[in-house]
Amino acid sequence: MAELLRAEGITKRFTGALALDGVDFAVNSGEVHVLLGENGAGKSTLVKVLAGVYRPDSGSVRVADGVNLAVIYQELTLVPELSVAENLFLGRPPRRFGVVDRARMLRDAVGLLARVGLRVDPATPVKELGIAQQQMVEIARALDLNAGVLVLDEPTAVLTDTETDRLLEIMAEIRDQGVGLVFITHHLDEIRRIADRVTVLRDGRSVGVLPAGSSVEQMIELMVGRAISEQYPRRSQEPGDVLLKVDSLTRDGRFTDVSFEVRAGEVVGIAGLVGAGRTEVVRAAFGVDHYDSGHVEVAGRRLPGGDVRAAMRAGLGLVPEDRKGQGLVLTSSVGENLGLVTLRSATRAGIVDRKRQRRHADEMATALRVKTSGLDQEVRELSGGNQQKVVIGKWLLADPRVLVLDEPTRGVDVGAKVEIYELINRMTAAGRAVLLVSSDLPEVIGMSDRIVVMAHGRVAGELPARGTTQDEVMALAVQEFSA
Amino acid sequence: MTTATARTGVDARKILSENGALGGLVVLVVALSILAPTFLSTQNLINVGVQAAVVAVLAFGSTFVIVSGGIDLSVGSVAALSAMVGAWSSAEAGLPGPVALLLGLATGVAAGLINGAMVSFGRLPAFIATLAMLSIARGLTLVVSQGTPLATPDVVTFLGSNLVPQVPLPLLIMLVFFGITGFVLSRTYAGRSMYAIGGNEEAARLSGIDVRRQKLVIYALSGLFAAVAGMLLAGRLASAGPQAAVGYELDAIAAVVIGGASLSGGVGRAFGTLVGALVLAVLRNGLNQLQVSPFWQQVVIGVVIALAVLLDTLRRRSR
Repeated sequence: MAELLRAEGITKRFTGALALDGVDFAVNSGEVHVLLGENGAGKSTLVKVLAGVYRPDSGSVRVADGVNLAVIYQELTLVPELSVAENLFLGRPPRRFGVVDRARMLRDAVGLLARVGLRVDPATPVKELGIAQQQMVEIARALDLNAGVLVLDEPTAVLTDTETDRLLEIMAEIRDQGVGLVFITHHLDEIRRIADRVTVLRDGRSVGVLPAGSSVEQMIELMVGRAISEQYPRRSQEPGDVLLKVDSLTRDGRFTDVSFEVRAGEVVGIAGLVGAGRTEVVRAAFGVDHYDSGHVEVAGRRLPGGDVRAAMRAGLGLVPEDRKGQGLVLTSSVGENLGLVTLRSATRAGIVDRKRQRRHADEMATALRVKTSGLDQEVRELSGGNQQKVVIGKWLLADPRVLVLDEPTRGVDVGAKVEIYELINRMTAAGRAVLLVSSDLPEVIGMSDRIVVMAHGRVAGELPARGTTQDEVMALAVQEFSA
Repeated sequence: MTTATARTGVDARKILSENGALGGLVVLVVALSILAPTFLSTQNLINVGVQAAVVAVLAFGSTFVIVSGGIDLSVGSVAALSAMVGAWSSAEAGLPGPVALLLGLATGVAAGLINGAMVSFGRLPAFIATLAMLSIARGLTLVVSQGTPLATPDVVTFLGSNLVPQVPLPLLIMLVFFGITGFVLSRTYAGRSMYAIGGNEEAARLSGIDVRRQKLVIYALSGLFAAVAGMLLAGRLASAGPQAAVGYELDAIAAVVIGGASLSGGVGRAFGTLVGALVLAVLRNGLNQLQVSPFWQQVVIGVVIALAVLLDTLRRRSR
């Protein structure tokens, strides 16, 4: 196996903080080299150094002759309005006499799409494709640019299980074509299925290289630096009064007749397939979107529909699923973001008590162990897991009676996940309640007390979490309703 | 950087590196004082301050709007309309000067509220809503004035004059509004909301900020500041002109942008805007001193705006 890329002694600092500390990393032709580590361990920084986005403070990156490196980032770089073929040949369409040769472009696109097993009409606008298909288009484009090294930065975080299976198959095929793949994922089972080597990063240092077939426990221990005893440390307790009551909530075309209750001290999970209407229901309950009939009560008080501030006053909070799009103000600092929800309550006569805001933000950042150089650091510089802690933290500061967490651990590493679970335990122990929307079945089963399963915009059934299997949840989630 | 942290002590290098425009201003002042011997005289520097005052106050109002991710193209016209309403109320309607002044300021607030309502409740893009207001306010100025300048009431003329010899009131008013702007941006609920809304409107809404109401406040503030700037301009000339402040909205936006704010929102500071307005005023004054033709002055100012933003972009990227 020829070596395609070798990085040696890579060190990179950001405003004082050491992001990478003497990291060695190499990619061979025909291997899947997994980069594993907690959020903030330096994976993304290393990828950006390899791709030439960042210049390392010391160390070198050498690439074999004629080898290109392509990175598929989590945020895709396709132009939604353009067709699949136009995206594949973006900036370099086949031309004849200076005019784009559409017929040839479409023909070439078919062959290229076949390499990644994607069967769509290349004239389809990209925005009509699902996220998994869009990823395939990006991979196909990278392959056409003769990428010898292909870096996939958490591609499976946004995929369903079947889509992930498909992606792993394609990755294996590309590997067999001699491409070197760098694969970043937090799903340890995926690593067991496809990795040839695993480099583990912790706090900016490479702490070990594991061979294929290493156990999950080995990986976790290297990554976290300690053994994690329980993946889902839910501590249940006797439920109290009803804090949140959603009664026959209906929004035409989105969800129908959805009812459930959440009691003090309880974690209620909402499971279901993507598109089952889970996010729509919790957004409507929180007042972000309107609903057509039914009602929502918090601690016995009925909420006016479509009024976020009223929902907040009643004691409801929502951590949205789209961290960057809806959770964070990326242009602002960690401290500003932590103080956003409590901004109103910290205001007297129009003036914000900034000292108090700062003190509370500081306490919260410490309590949640947010890895940051300080409250003034821009939140965009934090890793995904730490950003998520900031979003949850801003709500914890408002101490809501019921906190809705929509996919709270998506793209978050094992260590931070367990910390978020412990936060859930602490909330319920204090008599608060949590509504946990999650596509991660082991998580919903492991962390909830009861599970509401949704399908096609309706409640398909409710299960006690204890003793329930993934199959039982899935059986409800795929249920068909007679219209 | 969006956070306004209290700085202890003065570290010149740090201040310069965080404010690209300030470095530019220093270079400009040094260069002009060498090239034009009269530039550094007290009288001329005071003139620069007075010349900067109108644009600076306009630009402070625009800073609120731009930080919140919007744009206000109507400030020049609103400034002219407010001054004209003030002058008309006194000269034609015979109202007492202070009442006329208040009516003028209220006019600016009203225009701003209408802008805000169009943007937040009408969901018009800010560019379109305020472009419409630019035309409406200018048209109303002509209607009210019948196309001729009107004399300003004494209280307005006083705003444009010297408090005591060598201390022009416009300069002091500019500094007061600088202080108000900095205070609003960093200390008030409205100001902190501006950064949140400009940085991520959806996240602001989901965090319980009443985005629509805050936008009304933001555009109303912009209208009020425009009215004050209009009064300063009219006060200096002792008359409100139907064609006053034409194109000033572009100077205001330029000052904000030279000061390091981002037109995509979430970033911007009062001090940057002050420096931006001073850069424009120093440049105009200096070019006059050097007897550069007004035709070429426009070219130079355009180049400086482009250079300032370019340097700022490069500086950010190198971090």
